[in-house]
Amino acid sequence: MTMLPATTEKKLGLVIDLDTCVGCQACATSCKEWNAQGYSAPLEDEDPRGKDPHGPWLNRIHGYEVLDKTRDDSRIVHFPRSCLHCETPACVTVCPTGASYKRSEDGIVLVNPDTCIGCKLCSWACPYGAREYDVKEGVMRKCTLCVDRIYNENLVEEDRVPACVRACPTSARHYGDLGDPNSAVSLLVKERGGFDLLPEMGYKPTNKYLPPRKRRDQPEEGREALPKSDGSLMDRLFALAESLLSGQAGAR
Amino acid sequence: MNPAYSVIFFTTASGAGYGLLALLGLIGALTGSPLPMLFAFVAIVIALVLITAGLLSSTFHLGHPERAWRALSQWRTSWLSREGVAAILTYPPALLFGLVVSGLYDMPQAIAPLGLITALMAMITVFTTGKIYATLTTIRAWNQPLTVPVYLIFALATGASLALALLALFDYRVGVLSPFAMIALLLAALMKAIYWRGIDRAPRDRTMAAATGLGDGVRQWETPHTTKNFVQREMGFVVARRHAEKLRRIVLALLIIAALAALGADAMPIFAPLVALTSLLAAWAERWLFFAEGEHVVTLFYGNPRA
Amino acid sequence: MATEPALARSPKTWDETKTTTCYMCACRCGIKVYLKDGSITYIEGNRDHPVNKGVICGKGAAGIKQHTSPSRLSKPLLRVGERGAGEFKEIEWDEALSLATQWLGDVRKTDPKKLAFFTGRDQSQGLTGWWATQFGTPNYAAHGGFCSVNMAAAGLYTFGGAFWEFGEPDWEHAKYFMLFGVAEDHGSNPIKAGIGKLKKRGAKFVSINPIKTGYSAIADEWVGIRPGTDGLFVGALIHELLAAGEIDAPSLRDFTNSAWLVRDNPGAADHGLFLRGDDGQPLVWNGSKNAPASSADVIEGRSLMGRYSLPDGTKAATSLHLIAERYLDQSWSPEAVEARCGVPAKTIKRIAAELAHHAFREKVELDVPWTDHYGRTHKKMIGRPVAMHAMRGISAHANGFQTCRAIHLLQILLGTIDAPGGFRYKAPYPRPIPPAIKPTGKPGQVFPNEPLPGPPLGFVTSPDDLLIDAEGRPQRIDKAYSWDAPIAAHGMMHMVITNAAKRDPYGIDVLFMYMANMSWNSAMNVPDTMKYLTMKDETTGDYVIPKIIYSDAYASEMVHYADLILPDTTYLERWDCISLLDRPISEADGPADSIRQPVVEPDRDVRPFQTVLLDLGARLHLPGMTTADCKPRYPGGYQDYIVNHERTPGIGPLAGYRGVDGTLSGKGAPNPEQLKRYIENGCHFFHELAPDQKYFKHVNKNYLEWATGFGLIGAPSAVIHQLYCEPLQKFKLAAEGHGPIQPPESHRKRLIEAFDPVPHWYPPFEGEMINEDEFPMHAVTQRPMAMYHAWGSQNQWLRQILGRNWLYIAHQKATSLGIKDGDWVTLTSHHGQIRAQAKLMNGVNPDTVWTWNAIGKRSGTWGLEKGAPESKQGFLLNHLISELLPEREGGYRFSNSDPVTGQAAWYDLRVRLEKATDANGMSAPQFPDLKPLRAAR
Repeated sequence: MTMLPATTEKKLGLVIDLDTCVGCQACATSCKEWNAQGYSAPLEDEDPRGKDPHGPWLNRIHGYEVLDKTRDDSRIVHFPRSCLHCETPACVTVCPTGASYKRSEDGIVLVNPDTCIGCKLCSWACPYGAREYDVKEGVMRKCTLCVDRIYNENLVEEDRVPACVRACPTSARHYGDLGDPNSAVSLLVKERGGFDLLPEMGYKPTNKYLPPRKRRDQPEEGREALPKSDGSLMDRLFALAESLLSGQAGAR
Repeated sequence: MNPAYSVIFFTTASGAGYGLLALLGLIGALTGSPLPMLFAFVAIVIALVLITAGLLSSTFHLGHPERAWRALSQWRTSWLSREGVAAILTYPPALLFGLVVSGLYDMPQAIAPLGLITALMAMITVFTTGKIYATLTTIRAWNQPLTVPVYLIFALATGASLALALLALFDYRVGVLSPFAMIALLLAALMKAIYWRGIDRAPRDRTMAAATGLGDGVRQWETPHTTKNFVQREMGFVVARRHAEKLRRIVLALLIIAALAALGADAMPIFAPLVALTSLLAAWAERWLFFAEGEHVVTLFYGNPRA
Repeated sequence: MATEPALARSPKTWDETKTTTCYMCACRCGIKVYLKDGSITYIEGNRDHPVNKGVICGKGAAGIKQHTSPSRLSKPLLRVGERGAGEFKEIEWDEALSLATQWLGDVRKTDPKKLAFFTGRDQSQGLTGWWATQFGTPNYAAHGGFCSVNMAAAGLYTFGGAFWEFGEPDWEHAKYFMLFGVAEDHGSNPIKAGIGKLKKRGAKFVSINPIKTGYSAIADEWVGIRPGTDGLFVGALIHELLAAGEIDAPSLRDFTNSAWLVRDNPGAADHGLFLRGDDGQPLVWNGSKNAPASSADVIEGRSLMGRYSLPDGTKAATSLHLIAERYLDQSWSPEAVEARCGVPAKTIKRIAAELAHHAFREKVELDVPWTDHYGRTHKKMIGRPVAMHAMRGISAHANGFQTCRAIHLLQILLGTIDAPGGFRYKAPYPRPIPPAIKPTGKPGQVFPNEPLPGPPLGFVTSPDDLLIDAEGRPQRIDKAYSWDAPIAAHGMMHMVITNAAKRDPYGIDVLFMYMANMSWNSAMNVPDTMKYLTMKDETTGDYVIPKIIYSDAYASEMVHYADLILPDTTYLERWDCISLLDRPISEADGPADSIRQPVVEPDRDVRPFQTVLLDLGARLHLPGMTTADCKPRYPGGYQDYIVNHERTPGIGPLAGYRGVDGTLSGKGAPNPEQLKRYIENGCHFFHELAPDQKYFKHVNKNYLEWATGFGLIGAPSAVIHQLYCEPLQKFKLAAEGHGPIQPPESHRKRLIEAFDPVPHWYPPFEGEMINEDEFPMHAVTQRPMAMYHAWGSQNQWLRQILGRNWLYIAHQKATSLGIKDGDWVTLTSHHGQIRAQAKLMNGVNPDTVWTWNAIGKRSGTWGLEKGAPESKQGFLLNHLISELLPEREGGYRFSNSDPVTGQAAWYDLRVRLEKATDANGMSAPQFPDLKPLRAAR
């Protein structure tokens, strides 16, 4: 089981647009909510009303601030992070029981909660922090890419997407087959220069991130400032009246 | 990495147990003759108790200990699974070797082959343990060429220290063991020192900039949650540099004290328990540091600029 | 190799789904709730719903944990110990309602205004306002006074719509979008979805905001303005556009009061008022004939600019001329304002040029002919694709009304209001400027056992409409519609407790509140508020506020200060209507409303507040809630009222499926099957306007006629944009000494300054009245996107995301003060001091510190355990904010509010920041633990 499939029929995954994410947490709570009743149920928390509330979440939103020293600018980037469904995931191969596996059909990396012994070694092997231990159930949890939604015939076809994608208000999350170079997600990655996280580690993540776009706070040709007379208030009033009379106002 | 006591106990106890077992096996293989019955019995039992206690303690930290048997299935890819398999495969030769080497079962011609197999299996098990850590590319300090050799030498050194103490207890002398223990302990100190120098010099070239793809100016602004999650608790442990330095010196000092005591133990058996105690303490501290200094790549997502 | 485990491809983890409306914030998205064995398992956005079109936000998806929260109240409670000590006994509903009826009945038969009925995040103001009217107390309002009234009033007095839920940017066509102000907004998901659309189309998004988080994080350009100076920035943009003649002359001439003549007669009682003909129509100057004419007669020939002398010697100038005279003055140039607002002049100039470029060189043309109110048919809809939106950062300043007016002026000059690509109205807007509803509660309108002659809240247009007595004294407990805040269209909930405790203008008998955490995060000056709530009369020994009734679903801080607690249901256990008579959820493409249905039955002894209110109304025999034979008029509770109540014949709370057979929309007889029809339609109703009605609604003949028939407006009259605001001038004239109704001397100066009929800017009062060197910094709060005030931040999932807050400080500023990341700091205002932990960042105006709002909790509340980070490390800025301004000459303390609308000026706060010398790992102040209420099952 922990032998990786040589190839997968599809490479289902997510494309996350860092230029559009506002950090609203919709994907995080929708993920928690779906999984608390679905594949990863019950996904309960420790100390929920107390001093140190925490529990397994399969999708978390980091907040980074990026300084651009070349132009004294900074940018807050909201950065959703979940399992990247790598093509060669070490989390799978280190698993001693075969509970972790990569599906040959679609490339989704899953943990079988019925056979997981909760040794946590997979979480050590993952560079992305994608695996979170469920203390109450004694098993490892991770993003399932909503494998219980995407093929689910009890849902209307357009809802057969991961809960996080279904929820995202800004459309910053895109889901599809990254193995198909002509899929919408692949084209988006190409167009926007989508990138891998920690590519040098060699796990070949399926999920891609789209970088923040460049700022647009520099003057464009001819838009530095509007023409203006240097005269007195009366001159300016007269000029305005003139341009209104001549029908030129706002017509250039 | 969070230095969990169950794992530290497991690796040090079973390491010493396997080391002791390997030494006994080696002695058997070299001499081909039984050892004094009580000594051999006690030594084998102690080795197996340490091994078993370690293995049990490692299963106690599992979420589902009752499913531990499943861990034997994935030996094709998983070093943890291989460790389980090797550990179990070590028991039959070890038990048989115990029977023959103690003379409880009289078959002297089996002592040498069983001793050899036992010693090999014990060392293979320790090797697999080391491999579990050494193959994790996510933790630079573990993903080192010396990780596995250090595991092996610490097993041998602590095993030899225990053997010395046992001999002293039974008032036996095996002249070659003292220098062997001393060399093993010094080698452990030397290899560990080289290992530390190695990890200190290994460039921390994994960066938050690369992890996030956001460039050099990136720094953490808000963590995903305001209380710590599993990943931060398990992998976000940070030991103060100063604290680590101090502990490293203590480990080396303990190993050298143990080595010197080992040299003297042959002449003055009173030193032998000191050797065992100091070497086990050193191993414990070394293992704690091994975890505490294991900086995980995932910390890059949680505010650590480099790993 | 073993095979992969068999996986069910189509697991069905639910038995049924039900639609309803979310209540995790004010956005009111449609949701689809999944149920298994009668329990809620999953909540997602309803794809068919006009508001959110399927998406959901971080709050909405955490609704399950709100619904099952251990902090829910479970039974009516009666205080048995001292107020605030948390000693309660559980009582039955009969006893609770009898007691409330007795308390309220005693007030009603003696002096109804001694009931102050204020509701917080109430989404049933159509009912609660009507209830107050029937009870006969003018002392009613919801939380708009400390939230949004500047936005609402500035818009309604300028263009008959407003930011917030009265309109939205044209997300489909805008090419340039300016977003003003901090804080998440009421239109939570629509704004996120809209910004997503802009991003996809490559439109430019400019954020004007001291803080670069949330939406501003993904803006193409960030203008890190100093709080409270947006009006200057906008004024400088107007200066640039006027100076270059880059304004939309045809729309100004035809659809605004730009050409209307304003009398120029300084010192006289009619100075600054419009010249009107005998028919009451404003006059314009007919440029071709060089003579005055009625605005009804001359359209194309009107002069937009100029000062004129009429044949009778009257002097006048056009509205636009007066506006141009102000803004073309050098004092509004980018160079003149840059230092004060912290935005470089060259940035202001560039943005002005970009606005002109996008409005006039990138225009949008829709091939849809339309007819204006003059009857002229236009071949195309020509849009100026510049859209704007403003949020609480504009609203919560003492100059917010005028600043918001200035933003509308900017939009109107560019011709973008309800043009394709601009800011679009949502039904029932546009409405007449201002809506023709006057507040009631004057002397002679409040009598024992009598209803008010009209609603408590409305829109004043002159001093005649103020709720004051002959001596000029306020008639409302919050002093709304007095000279303190003449256009307080949403009331001033933030002043109620202070005024009642000080018996200024008078004492009250019963304070009745709903869903308003007025002893904590909704109060300015929290420590004194707690004192006022427990203050006793020295002579009688009774509480100065003798009786407090409070309804809430959760064990909020306010519950602890009430005498009688009426536990409400959660939003998934109730009927509700999101009515066009209240704050609408319409889309720009057409009117919409919606309902909540109980998805599950309550498992506790709780009742929906609205049903309780109708029950109390019947017990009190209030008109409208009682039949002729003294029986309850709506025995079926709120759902009965929703279907059967008619505000005027044919118009009820819901616009859809009216008429006995359910075929009518807008107007029609009550339909007994109406709720069923709503449920069948996903709990909402939406009418899509015809293509030729979708834009220019304020002057679109077909739209106006349709809207009249639908019942949205009374008559199909055009809504002419009021750049020059005559009602403001009327108040200003009074302040200058004209007319019979005169303000106190102490008020004249500030009224003259604030009631400028041309949009204006003045410095926020708090900065004006204290020594700025002593308090050099600004401090503001934002609502985190994943939370909605205190109700959301106790949620088991959401509190993991933000279980505490930090004080965010600009790196350079912190460094200059020797403050490092993680240090504890003290923040001092003229009013108080708090201690908080610092977090440094770059994306904040260097003179501003900020934090997330309403995370801090009082220990022992909200079903949280002792030591919860919300109470130990979390903090509120509220403790620093006074509800009153420092004393002025004469000793009078005005409320810390906009002098026009009474909007609470939360963001005027000035502070001094220092490294804490007494850090102990906890925020300060820490209040004594409250005794936790018994948790619900």
